[in-house]
Amino acid sequence: MADHAVPTHAGGEEEPTRRDFIYIATGAVGAVGAAALVWPFIDQMSPAADTLALASSEYDLGQVPEGQQVVIFWRKQPVFIRHRTAAEIAAAQKDDAAPMRDPQTDAQRTVQSNGQAGKAQFLIVQAACTHFGCIPTFGGGSFGGWLCACHGSVYDTAARIRSGPAPLNLVLPPYVYSSDTVVKIG
Amino acid sequence: MSGPSTYEPKTGIERWLDQRLPVLRMMHDSFVDYPTPRNLNYFWTFGAILMLCLVVQIVTGIVMAMHYTPSITEAFSSIQRLKRDVPFGWLIQNIHATGSSMFFLAVYIHMFRGLYYGSYKAPREVLWILGVVIYLLMMATAFLGYVLPWGQMSFWGATVITNFFSAIPVVGVPVKEWLMGGFAIDNPTLNRFFSLHYLLPFVIFGVVILHVWALHVTGQNNPDGIEVKDKSDTVAFTPYATIKDFFATAVFMIMFAAFVFYLPDALGHPDNYIPADPLKTPPHIVPEWYLLPFYAILRAIDFAIGPISAKLGGLILMVGAIAVLVVLPWLDTSKVRSMRYRPVARQFFLVFVLVCLALGWCGAQSPDKVVWQAGEFSIAGSYAAGAAGEQKLTATGNTLEEVEKTFGKQLAGAIASNGAGTLTKTVVTPFQFKVTQFSQLLTLYYFAFFLLILPILGLRETPGRVPETIAKAIGAKRAAATERGA
Repeated sequence: MADHAVPTHAGGEEEPTRRDFIYIATGAVGAVGAAALVWPFIDQMSPAADTLALASSEYDLGQVPEGQQVVIFWRKQPVFIRHRTAAEIAAAQKDDAAPMRDPQTDAQRTVQSNGQAGKAQFLIVQAACTHFGCIPTFGGGSFGGWLCACHGSVYDTAARIRSGPAPLNLVLPPYVYSSDTVVKIG
Repeated sequence: MSGPSTYEPKTGIERWLDQRLPVLRMMHDSFVDYPTPRNLNYFWTFGAILMLCLVVQIVTGIVMAMHYTPSITEAFSSIQRLKRDVPFGWLIQNIHATGSSMFFLAVYIHMFRGLYYGSYKAPREVLWILGVVIYLLMMATAFLGYVLPWGQMSFWGATVITNFFSAIPVVGVPVKEWLMGGFAIDNPTLNRFFSLHYLLPFVIFGVVILHVWALHVTGQNNPDGIEVKDKSDTVAFTPYATIKDFFATAVFMIMFAAFVFYLPDALGHPDNYIPADPLKTPPHIVPEWYLLPFYAILRAIDFAIGPISAKLGGLILMVGAIAVLVVLPWLDTSKVRSMRYRPVARQFFLVFVLVCLALGWCGAQSPDKVVWQAGEFSIAGSYAAGAAGEQKLTATGNTLEEVEKTFGKQLAGAIASNGAGTLTKTVVTPFQFKVTQFSQLLTLYYFAFFLLILPILGLRETPGRVPETIAKAIGAKRAAATERGA
């Protein structure tokens, strides 16, 4: 406030001065400016264009013999492509109605991202355990599927969570079959 | 606390400077003529030791940054080059890696000191909370630093810890991807971790200045927990506290050096000498020893509570384990500051220390490890006989014969009282007490200590007689010693 004579209303209230106006106007511009500048500094940490550009990869399924699996990278994340045996598929389908933490049928586990049915013999799932992201190993656990050694989550032959701390089934990446033997993930 | 300044400039230059920037006066009043309670024990030397630890980490860290390459293809080899090829690189790297463990060792002693002697109580709440802030920053810095060598444990430790955020509902996954700068731990993650690992120690330094400032406003607590009344309760900081701090620091340094020169890898994990491999998780992921108790609390929750999944529940408790320290000054209701005069609280405190150590042990074990089981063998059966209905029979023992014998006796008893019937029996796994259950019990005590024991005990216990002044406390102690001697 100015310390010389200040014009007052009849009620004794102080009239806003030019200084008050400049103070509020500068403050408002400063606040908006600072807020506008904060966002670029936060957003620079988000996945960059080159990281996002890796968002799809193609794979020829003919390279995976029956009863084996490969691990490929999609968006720098490992993905299991498992060529399941008839016994594994049967075991998974038999348990479709069993009580589960994240209930899904075997058909839902092999579906393409466009909603059409996939191929029962090829199970394509992200390899990160839904607990804290370790990679489970096939052949462990009591359901014939995967065991995550970090905290003991057990997945069955359709990569559904059956016991242990993980909350969800192994996540299906979005994929479609671009030909009979080639799958496009992402 | 500090009275009028006693600083007297001795030379013309000092007088000239004193009139322009009284920095020497501030140093004199804070570290030379500063009145210090005369009953401090060696637990009060850890402030100085911690200050040294921070300086050691900053100096060695700056040097290491001159040789380190923050890139996923070169990070691992640049650290190996530092250890093998750079003159004295092995020494500097050993000091920095071992130094983090020494830093945490000292900070834990410092914190337990504060808990035991009630250093968090009024008027030192802000001092204590600043300490908790420093501790949090230390944990963040240590985690970020552990990722930089880009070994297997670096990579998978970072994966597990960034995945903590995915437990948060709705925003969890976007926040995780924002922190990692991608969909997995990768080069962008390593670069930002390096930047922040370089920054945070200086933030810690800033908060340490506030911590020391707050300390000099309220004055130090002391083993008797009695406020300083007059000059007869204190001695000058220099030479009394200075020499004591120097001596304790020297002893600490001997232990530090023993680790640096003889056991540089004893506190680390061999897995971190394997370059990071995003396709292969090590069979057993564990954090560094100083984070183990919190890791055990995180894993202790293996069950969902209503809408809260096990994963989120564990995270909430782990964060809560540190957050509870912030509100501790208002949880402890006791008027008596030092546990020296709280015989009952002292027992609970001792158990608390053991619980923290046991949680650390649990954090290092596989969650399925069996801590205790009822016996080697167990047989469970049921005996159904007509009108008497079904009767459960179980026997447990260390040999199968012994178990069969006990089971046979129970069966004979059942037949004698109920008549003929049908029996089913199977060999089962005996009752097992696993690391997860042990962690649950310990976690329960950890929280009960802060949320139940301290608030209730403060109102109900009968404390010992607290001396009026520090001088009288020392007098009483001397009298008791003379009596014992005579």
